[in-house]
Amino acid sequence: MTDPTPAVEQPVLRVRNLVKSYGDVPVLRGVDLDVDEHRVVTLIGASGSGKSTLLRCVDLLEQVDDGQVWLDGQDVTDPRVDADAVRRRIGVVFQAYNLFPHLSVLDNITLAPRRVHGVDRAEAEERAVALLDRIGLAGRARAYPDQLSGGQAQRTAIVRALAVQPRLLLLDEVTSALDPELVGEVLALVREVAEGGMTILMATHEMGFARSAADVVCFLEGGVLLEQGPPEQVLVDPQHERTRQFLRRVVAAGRL
Amino acid sequence: MVPPVSEVEVARRSYRRSRQRRSTWVAVASTLVFAAVLVVGTVSAPGWQRTQESFLDPGVARRALPLVLEGLWLNLRVLVVAAVCVLALGLVVALLRTLRGPVWAPVRLLMTLYTDVFRGMPLIVLLYIIGFGVPGLRLQGVPTDKVVLGATAIILIYSAYVAEVFRAGIESVHPSQRAAARALGLTHRQTTRLVVLPQAVRNVTPPLLNDLVALQKDVGLISVLGAIDAVRQAQILSATTANFTPYIVAAVLFVLLAVPTARLADWATARARRRQQAGGLL
Ligand SMILES: Nc1ncnc2c1ncn2[C@@H]1O[C@H](COP(=O)(O)OP(=O)(O)OP(=O)(O)O)[C@@H](O)[C@H]1O
Ligand SMILES: [Mg+2]
Repeated sequence: MTDPTPAVEQPVLRVRNLVKSYGDVPVLRGVDLDVDEHRVVTLIGASGSGKSTLLRCVDLLEQVDDGQVWLDGQDVTDPRVDADAVRRRIGVVFQAYNLFPHLSVLDNITLAPRRVHGVDRAEAEERAVALLDRIGLAGRARAYPDQLSGGQAQRTAIVRALAVQPRLLLLDEVTSALDPELVGEVLALVREVAEGGMTILMATHEMGFARSAADVVCFLEGGVLLEQGPPEQVLVDPQHERTRQFLRRVVAAGRL
Repeated sequence: MVPPVSEVEVARRSYRRSRQRRSTWVAVASTLVFAAVLVVGTVSAPGWQRTQESFLDPGVARRALPLVLEGLWLNLRVLVVAAVCVLALGLVVALLRTLRGPVWAPVRLLMTLYTDVFRGMPLIVLLYIIGFGVPGLRLQGVPTDKVVLGATAIILIYSAYVAEVFRAGIESVHPSQRAAARALGLTHRQTTRLVVLPQAVRNVTPPLLNDLVALQKDVGLISVLGAIDAVRQAQILSATTANFTPYIVAAVLFVLLAVPTARLADWATARARRRQQAGGLL
């Protein structure tokens, strides 16, 4: 199969028929997804529905069983592609264990710019401090991750992902390991980053956030994207019974 | 800075202080009683007189001390060289065992074989094999010095242990850390060097220090090859004086050498535990 003809409005990320199993357990059964430039796409779905798996496949942290993923028109699932080079263009923040505990906040942020992108130390640190300043953490540049609150640590992780100016930012439930009062500060940062024009694909359980900040909401169920569209449609007037069931459970859990 | 405290807190603090004083006294008293029982028990043993003469002769001890110290200096030099080599070799073996990819299969196999063989072999046997077997080969360029051969045997055995300690440390680093590093675009090697290894080394510092304590006394085993170290000196002196006191002198010196390292190991363990508890979540 050849690359699709690059349209004028080529999506930053295009996923077609993505299939992934762990052993005998199929997790993704043919996912199709486009993420256009400067858009925020959120993935919702029950726990275990494969949101993390999808993000890990996009970042080539997992090998796909079938299907293709294009980043800026390049088929990154081609085994001849240098996976490290692809990852350099993608920023990722996971749910937990993001920061390196043996490095200070500043060193966490400057590690990739210096070691991967060849930026010299002075410039990398200057940029890192500017980024930290934006999230009000410039004073903690020399602190170690275990001296930060969960929210501060997660915001640092987001800043670290942004420090290399990625084409695409993947966020995997960046707030679900946090106490409720810390969720707000992290989501505020994500919102700010999105308004700055970053292209974002994020898995989240925060329906309120998906509703207000996302351009597209995708509902993942049984290994396929059952429904996708603008948040008003998917979250307010879903077409599928499964989507309605899921949203009812979310409402019952008090998360909408 | 310190805000004035309430009366309740003042009372609580004074109570805690008095409890603290009491605990100190109890500890001192119980130690004294225990020591007294031990001393009295030993001294009143029927053979005490003779034992004291042959093991704790102050005159012999005084004469033995400078010579045993001289021997200990050799042990110390062997220790430093061995410790450095063991750390380096152990780390290399551990890293080679974690290499991935089919090309490295023979290397991985070889390293596994190495750790299996040398962890299983008694040190004393290897000392004999290398100390007496290698010179017997009469190979050109191979050292025949007893000290070098003895140190080689010790390094081979200890490196196998330390390699396993390092490997455990590498495996104890949470896999998400590797994923986070790869996600940042770091290569496999950069990830190992910049993210995994620093954390692994930090995690295994306490067990490594314990191995160092063991190594400190095991360097005394080079005496079986005839190297004139502290133990060998004690052996010679005890033969010439027909008295065991020189051995006691050597033993005390080895123990004194081990105490600082043992304390350091305790301190590192306590610090590691504190840090683990502090940074529990992230
Ligand atoms: N490394 C793995 N090995 C085996 N099975 C796995 C592995 N990772 C994930 N799975 C399984 O794949 C399925 C999807 O997992 P995934 O983490 O993608 O779900 P998720 O949608 O992100 O869930 P959550 O909302 O709880 O984070 C689950 O059933 C999980 O048990
Ligand atoms: Mg997940």
